[in-house]
Amino acid sequence: MNSVILEGVTKTYNEGKVHAVDNVSLQVKSGELFGLIGPDGAGKTSIFRILTTLLLADKGTASVQGLDVVKDYRKIRDKIGYMPGKFSLYQDLTVKENLTFFATLFGTTIAENYEVIKDIYDQIKPFNDRRAGKLSGGMKQKLALCCALIHKPEVLFLDEPTTGVDVVSRREFWDILNRLKAQGITIMVSTPYMDEAILCERIALIQEGSIMQVDTPDQIIQSYPVRLYAAKADDIYKLVQDFRTLDTVDSCYAFGEYLHLTMKADKPGDEAALLQFAQAHGHKGLEVKAIEPGIEDTFIRLMNRKTQTDG
Amino acid sequence: MKQLLVFIRKEFYHVFRDRRTLLIMFGLPVAQILLFGYALTSEVKNAHIIISDQSRDANTTRIINKIKSSVYFITEEKTLAGEEIDAAFRKGVVRCVVIFPPQFGEDLQHKGKANVQIVADGADPNTAKTIINYLTAILGDYQQSLAVGANAPPGIVPQLRMLYNPEGNGSLNFIPGVIALIFMIVCSTLTSVSIVREKELGTMEILLVSPFNPIMVLISKAIPFLVLSLVNFTFILVLSVGFLDIAIKGSMLLLFGESTLFIITCLSVGLLISNIANSQQAAMLLSMMGMMLPTLLLTGFLYPLDNMPYVLQLLSNVVPARWYYLIVKAVMLKGLGFSYVWKETLVLVGMTTALLSLALLKFKTRLS
Repeated sequence: MNSVILEGVTKTYNEGKVHAVDNVSLQVKSGELFGLIGPDGAGKTSIFRILTTLLLADKGTASVQGLDVVKDYRKIRDKIGYMPGKFSLYQDLTVKENLTFFATLFGTTIAENYEVIKDIYDQIKPFNDRRAGKLSGGMKQKLALCCALIHKPEVLFLDEPTTGVDVVSRREFWDILNRLKAQGITIMVSTPYMDEAILCERIALIQEGSIMQVDTPDQIIQSYPVRLYAAKADDIYKLVQDFRTLDTVDSCYAFGEYLHLTMKADKPGDEAALLQFAQAHGHKGLEVKAIEPGIEDTFIRLMNRKTQTDG
Repeated sequence: MKQLLVFIRKEFYHVFRDRRTLLIMFGLPVAQILLFGYALTSEVKNAHIIISDQSRDANTTRIINKIKSSVYFITEEKTLAGEEIDAAFRKGVVRCVVIFPPQFGEDLQHKGKANVQIVADGADPNTAKTIINYLTAILGDYQQSLAVGANAPPGIVPQLRMLYNPEGNGSLNFIPGVIALIFMIVCSTLTSVSIVREKELGTMEILLVSPFNPIMVLISKAIPFLVLSLVNFTFILVLSVGFLDIAIKGSMLLLFGESTLFIITCLSVGLLISNIANSQQAAMLLSMMGMMLPTLLLTGFLYPLDNMPYVLQLLSNVVPARWYYLIVKAVMLKGLGFSYVWKETLVLVGMTTALLSLALLKFKTRLS
């Protein structure tokens, strides 16, 4: 069964000039941890707002738990938990006061649904009387998640929950999400971080308002159609310049301390040719190897294809 | 119901934990009352005048003593020549110079008629006129005392009485205005800012997504400010009675009832502004510019409405504070009952209903 269904949803701003969401169709299964992966401005927040009944789509239909986002918006509001991207709670209220407020607002109490938030709440409980504004980024995020979960929602929408949170807290946060999933809550989460994509069951890669690919992270990686090479040298900046002059190179971009390359004609043994070319240009400390692609490589490849077909 | 109570409690936390809001809420009335009561008064007190007595006789001495004993003037006696008068005015301290010519005493004795010259600084015409009036009154008074016993010419003596305010206490006029102004600032500005802040913080999205009725969000926002404004009102009344010697003549119940009505008017304006504005600054600007200026200028407490061009007089009719000002003046200062202010009350009720329904209708249950 599908928890969330989007069909041909389009949303424009500024009287149709800006296409935030462009003909998006998507299904999220019940109990799934689904990731919406894309850079800032890709349309993730607009999709979330349409699903949480905060925005009306220009075209297309959407439903959550079988309820239409336009007609049954009041009923949907009872069933979902939502953590907006810029959500920062009430800075001048304490942890306890924030939580009590949201619990009451959603017609429940902390005690009633304690088991849902227990794992997370236990970590911030020592700071019960501290004001939310004085918490660290990770703590704030946990508190916000508690507030979104306090009414035991059936579907949880998290818009960039880990943006601005340190690496350790981010990892913890994903552990928490997996435990929530185990409780049977459908979770739809968006993130600009590709490394978090692996942690979802299924992901949708989104760019400029349209979905480029939907699949499990493994499938997406395996679907990478060509061989990928990594290269580095002492003067990495010059190496990019040089490789880009080479006709046989299809794409070449910086990735961490390496360059990632694909070739126009995909055949084995291209490492040697690349190495030779670089040596001929006088590069020192050279290294060229074939590697497994990651989600980000897929993303970049899809993005380049898209701009080529668009342009 | 429980949701509403918890929401209202949350609003009170916001107010009491924000020093800025508290300062606007309770610091503003004190500042305004002190400002208007003591500093920004249009009464002329302690005006510097120079008396140049070239006659030096019994009559001038008596007149000068009368002038000196008046609380309105700080007098200095100095004989000034023509150019020196000019120089004295240019320094800007002296407001008026009174010159008794050398033959003043003689003329008065023999001809029964003498001239005295009063030169005032016309750069500030209101002050100049007031000073001249005071001086003419003192001179007239002296003239009358001379006429007693002698065969007095027939004359008309006006018997003056200032109704409702026998001492001419200027505070009486502005207190109702200040109350209206404070309500406008506290209710409209603070309410709109507090709602827009939720939009800025992103908490508005959560509030909208919650099962809590969006209209109740507005009501929960408005109630704390209604309560605080009534507290504030009591506070202003205490200040006025305690420091500015104002006696409250009318019914307290009526006064509080009418004030509650006006507070609701202001809250509706605040809610309406919060619908339009998307940032706290915009809300602040809208309410300050849109509401404060008309309240200051078109209510009639700083500038009399009767003196204004007809268009502005017409425009003043849509300023809610104008009607409230009339009501408070009538009830608080003249002690009139409801039968005298029902028309103004009706206008306010009409405005409030219109504003409130507009605010509630325009409130978006979605983001755009």
